Amino acid sequence: MTTEQTADVRTGTDVVLEARGVTKHFPVRRTAGDLLARRRRTVHAVDDVSLELRRGTVTALVGESGSGKSTVARLLAQLYPLTAGEIHLGGSAVKAGRGRSFRTYVKQVQLIFQDPFASLNPVHTVRYHLTRALKIHGRAGSGDAELETNLAALLERVQLTPPHQFLDKFPHELSGGQRQRVAIARALGADPQVLLADEPVSMLDVSIRLGVLNLLRDLKERLRLAILYITHDIASARYFADTTLVMYAGRLVEGGDSEQVTQHPAHPYTQLLIASAPDPDRVADEADQEETGSGEPPSLITPPAGCRFHPRCPKAMERCRTELPPRFGLADGQWAACWLYDGTSAQEAAK
Amino acid sequence: MTAEPILTISGLNVDYGTGTSGVHALRDIDLTLHRGEVLGLAGESGSGKSTLAYAVTRLLSPPGVITGGDVHYHRPGAEPVDILALTPDELRAFRWQELSIVFQGAMNSLNPVHTVHSQLTDVLKAHRPDMRQADRTSRAGELLTLVGISADRLAAYPHQLSGGMRQRVMIAMALALEPEIVIMDEPTTALDVVMQRQILRKLVQLREQLSFSVVFITHDISLLIEFSDRIAIMYGGRIVEQAGAAEIYRDPRHPYSDGLLHSFPALHGPRRELTGIPGSPPHLSAMPAGCAFHPRCGKAFEPCSERVPVLAAPDTGQDREVACWLHH
Repeated sequence: MTTEQTADVRTGTDVVLEARGVTKHFPVRRTAGDLLARRRRTVHAVDDVSLELRRGTVTALVGESGSGKSTVARLLAQLYPLTAGEIHLGGSAVKAGRGRSFRTYVKQVQLIFQDPFASLNPVHTVRYHLTRALKIHGRAGSGDAELETNLAALLERVQLTPPHQFLDKFPHELSGGQRQRVAIARALGADPQVLLADEPVSMLDVSIRLGVLNLLRDLKERLRLAILYITHDIASARYFADTTLVMYAGRLVEGGDSEQVTQHPAHPYTQLLIASAPDPDRVADEADQEETGSGEPPSLITPPAGCRFHPRCPKAMERCRTELPPRFGLADGQWAACWLYDGTSAQEAAK
Repeated sequence: MTAEPILTISGLNVDYGTGTSGVHALRDIDLTLHRGEVLGLAGESGSGKSTLAYAVTRLLSPPGVITGGDVHYHRPGAEPVDILALTPDELRAFRWQELSIVFQGAMNSLNPVHTVHSQLTDVLKAHRPDMRQADRTSRAGELLTLVGISADRLAAYPHQLSGGMRQRVMIAMALALEPEIVIMDEPTTALDVVMQRQILRKLVQLREQLSFSVVFITHDISLLIEFSDRIAIMYGGRIVEQAGAAEIYRDPRHPYSDGLLHSFPALHGPRRELTGIPGSPPHLSAMPAGCAFHPRCGKAFEPCSERVPVLAAPDTGQDREVACWLHH
């Protein structure tokens, strides 16, 4: 454990949390047939995912439901044991079990859930939620006065002002946006270096989503947090995240600068995702839309061999059916796991 | 729009509860659906858009009560039908035959212990009792093909189908009797964008083939702009603006419409700072006086907090309406 390094100067964009070849397979309940055949089936939820979260940057993880993006967040939060791979925090491998080692880990890596209606306890006030977070992580200070100041500071940080108006409220007295802010304040109570946000705005009303995203961005800048933003909405990734990773059927398929990935998607799946996103500007040229592929994500119990996207891919080649594509580097730090970019034809195919 | 109206709603009021504990969920809704048109209904949660769908189909369950207004269905070449005055028997014949509805989270509204076949033929059995069994089966197969599912999946149980397929089964069921109007309440919200686009494209094709009218309810206004002809935007139980989809997009008149449009980050074009709308949507039991939007509105001025603006054309001779003091 390297928890003693937390007092690092919060500058630069060095890697805080890193996943190396992280894999998670969930066992499937064995049927009589499986027992007879001596077969153990697993859901390949996450396979060989490597990513880096850097200080002061937002990394978006985009994918459809069932692509494994939430599992990645839970793995990074050490809520599940890994099947394979390593998680590095501040440069060294960490394996948090339960009890103390887990607590020192969560002090630095905090998770925010999608549903602020479910993630706050309805029978407790905002004060209780925040006090508990501060006490558990040893930041409550000594004495009531100091605790009160710390609580107020937390609420101000998430723009719930004046704090005294919110401290003694119950979750049902708050709107969705306010509740999600309380959830964020609770995460900040640990003074973490990494915030894992699993669809933090998709349950909120559309008019207040941006307010919460802007708040997270403000926190990133002021506190130099490394944020993982998990979403299915690639347009919001473009707006909010510095780098974007695209996930399909348990594997990362493309990554790079958000602007680059959304404006010049390289992987056919990213292209499909972008072509499918609602876009008011498309009204005019509805007619000349090309078909970018269809179908549905594969079963993760028996994922397709080779590239997992090949059954749906309009550009699939023979090779895609058998060989798993590695990451191919493209211009400006963008990469794609697709055979189209193997070798010299990369530039032409990227257009 | 020159097409004839098929559904007219005028002065519709809906309350939840009565007496002092009652809240007004819908107030003075005036809306017209024209033949063959896709009418988009946008709004946040609590704006009353689903209540409107329920009220129009008379599916509103207590404590919801319709306290005023009219809903008329204009049958081609016949007298308009007053939906709110239909007897239970007439209502049963009217529903699904003339007007069908696809619910929010519809993919979970299939019965898990019956096959797709039995659920699709059940609709036909109820409304076309003299149809033969074999005809019903072939019609069910036809319907599945229509929504892009191969007819051999008729024997499947709902759990054997993916979410997108179940949703399409629900759409097939809604189209089973070739109704004139289909109301879709957030039909694709639970689905992924790729599937959402496939289903909506299918729907657009089907509408061209079968020429029904659609009321499409969602909170995703960028989706509406792409897929509907006309859009009505609701806030706090009232329609605050209605206009053609392109007009709303290019030139929103109500500050709320403007704010809503600027709440969705764009996928293309320059990356700009977006703010959303400050504050949060009002609660039905504590609706602000005057214009319900005024506490969140950057352009609010003196009359906004006192008097309710009426929905009217901003300038004479325009086919759009807005309820805002800035334009009256």
